[in-house]
Amino acid sequence: MFKFLFKRLLVLVPVFFGVTLVAFGFIRALPGDPVEVLAGERGVTPERHAELMAQLGFDKPMWQQYLSYVGDVLQGDLGTSLITNRPVVEEFFELFPATAELGLCAILFAILLGIPAGIIAAVKRGSFVDQGIMSLSLVGYSMPIFWWGLLLIILFSNTLNLTPVSGRLSFLFDVEPVTGFMLVDTLLSDEEGSFWNALHHLVLPSVVLGTIPLAVIARQTRSAMLEVLSEDYVRTAKAKGLSPVRVIAVHALRNAMITVITVIGLQVAVLLAGAILTETIFGWPGIGKWIIFSVFSRDYFAVQGGLLLIAVSVMAVNLIVDLLYGLINPRILH
Amino acid sequence: MTTTTATPSPAATTSQSVRQQQWREFWFYFSASKTAVAGLVFLIGVILVALFADFISPHLPAEQYREFAEIPPAWMEGGQMRFFLGTDYAGRDMLSRIIHGARLSLLAGCIVVLLSASIGIFLGLVAGFKGGWVETIIMRVMDTIMAVPGLLMALVLVALLGPGLLNAMVAIAITYTPSFVRLARASTINEMNRDYVTASRVAGAGPLRLMFISILPNCMAPLIVQGTLSFSTAILDTAALGFLGMGAQAPLPEWGTLIAENRDLMLSAPWTVTFPGIAILLAVLAINLMGDGLRDALDPKLKRS
Repeated sequence: MFKFLFKRLLVLVPVFFGVTLVAFGFIRALPGDPVEVLAGERGVTPERHAELMAQLGFDKPMWQQYLSYVGDVLQGDLGTSLITNRPVVEEFFELFPATAELGLCAILFAILLGIPAGIIAAVKRGSFVDQGIMSLSLVGYSMPIFWWGLLLIILFSNTLNLTPVSGRLSFLFDVEPVTGFMLVDTLLSDEEGSFWNALHHLVLPSVVLGTIPLAVIARQTRSAMLEVLSEDYVRTAKAKGLSPVRVIAVHALRNAMITVITVIGLQVAVLLAGAILTETIFGWPGIGKWIIFSVFSRDYFAVQGGLLLIAVSVMAVNLIVDLLYGLINPRILH
Repeated sequence: MTTTTATPSPAATTSQSVRQQQWREFWFYFSASKTAVAGLVFLIGVILVALFADFISPHLPAEQYREFAEIPPAWMEGGQMRFFLGTDYAGRDMLSRIIHGARLSLLAGCIVVLLSASIGIFLGLVAGFKGGWVETIIMRVMDTIMAVPGLLMALVLVALLGPGLLNAMVAIAITYTPSFVRLARASTINEMNRDYVTASRVAGAGPLRLMFISILPNCMAPLIVQGTLSFSTAILDTAALGFLGMGAQAPLPEWGTLIAENRDLMLSAPWTVTFPGIAILLAVLAINLMGDGLRDALDPKLKRS
């Protein structure tokens, strides 16, 4: 197990340095020299310009600048936001729980609906139900989610008045942030009804963000199940006289899950990209909305830091998925 | 992952009749799926609409009929046949804007696929063919691009290049390149040790001829499928960047941009947001249906003998 973990970590090292190089290059590739870019339209006097260049280390040779940047990154220093003057790392981790909560709810929605849908489609292969599920999942897979979100807001928030339009919690409630996860925090607080309010805020964004993963999971579960259902051990289980439910739930599903978990792991990057759109539509105060705001307000250090931290988060989640995969399927550990 | 037919030695028999035979066999498998054919027909329809947009669209896309602002679609109360899908806040005809938008979206999809596929296939062939440090460098660079979620990478690149349709296409193309590199490299490595490659090498073929004339045609199947699927996601991503204000800029009637510019009307004039979205959904769905059919027709593993 440790050897496996070590090998996986070793593969990530060059990728990590690659990403730092991209993040480092981003600021340097902006047109104009860095101080001009950071000073914006206000401009600076030549003396102040030279002073700032020296202060920020931009006067040193490129390789020295890169090494000191990597050194800073490894010590957890990703620079300071130009807008709020706060460390980028601090801002990122303050907003991260909101995105994590949304992402978790979205993937939960996708799994809870997608796996049963895929199983039913596989078991009833070729039937009307199968065709219906597969058509729906193809529609979901082709969905422009920003439009899907607006459509659901028109329908559920505006016409039916069932859900709020934006944010995580009504202003009527005053909930102390403990974990950053609104569902947990509202349960911990003594504000009556705040949990339901938070849940109401979560439903639409989770559905929107979970739509594409749902479609992918349903399709992959179906094909994994079809493959497993034709295996000898499933035939044997059936021949032994086990009930169809037992054959599907125990013998087939457990083996099909290996494929499905890999697919779920691959959805993490999709979720983070989708979060940018979903958070923008629903005014969700998470990483996605923050990075869009940073891009628009030319807060280049925030964009640089956000890029690096998101890439590292994706790598970390993929590593965890790899380990889970190893636990379920011990063959690949060797 | 070889060609669609089991020709014994492609180098010797790439004659006209074999090509025709391959075509016929491909069409036989492809047309077996009615949904795939439906997708293809719809896509051809969209392409024709895009090509002849100037003749088909009832109005000019930018023409503002100020006195007819926010007219609902023809079948709703207060609608007019003149503006079949209604008008936006400035009185521009939605149908004409969507028809002209097809041009931009399809063009964006095409350019992204052509750009990412040509660069990706070239790098993949070189990586698979050369091996060694060349391969290591190419693959590590691709790993790095893949470590960042596609839309975020595209956003950062657009932040660097400046917003606009052309820059958005370049940015999206860069994020799609790694999947072509990986596919092309894997197929190349697979083909390298085949007899026909050795034969061609012994016959004195240079590396370029080996890469592009001997190996590449036999790696095409997975690349074509990847190209089709990238085409649909490219349309989605271009629209997403347009929606975020980082892609095509108003007044260009790109589908995502249309949704963004009418977002404030979403509640008072929902048709201005609904129809561009349906256009995106249908176009992407058609391409995906076609892509599924292509994969089934080109994947020798699934083919019944």
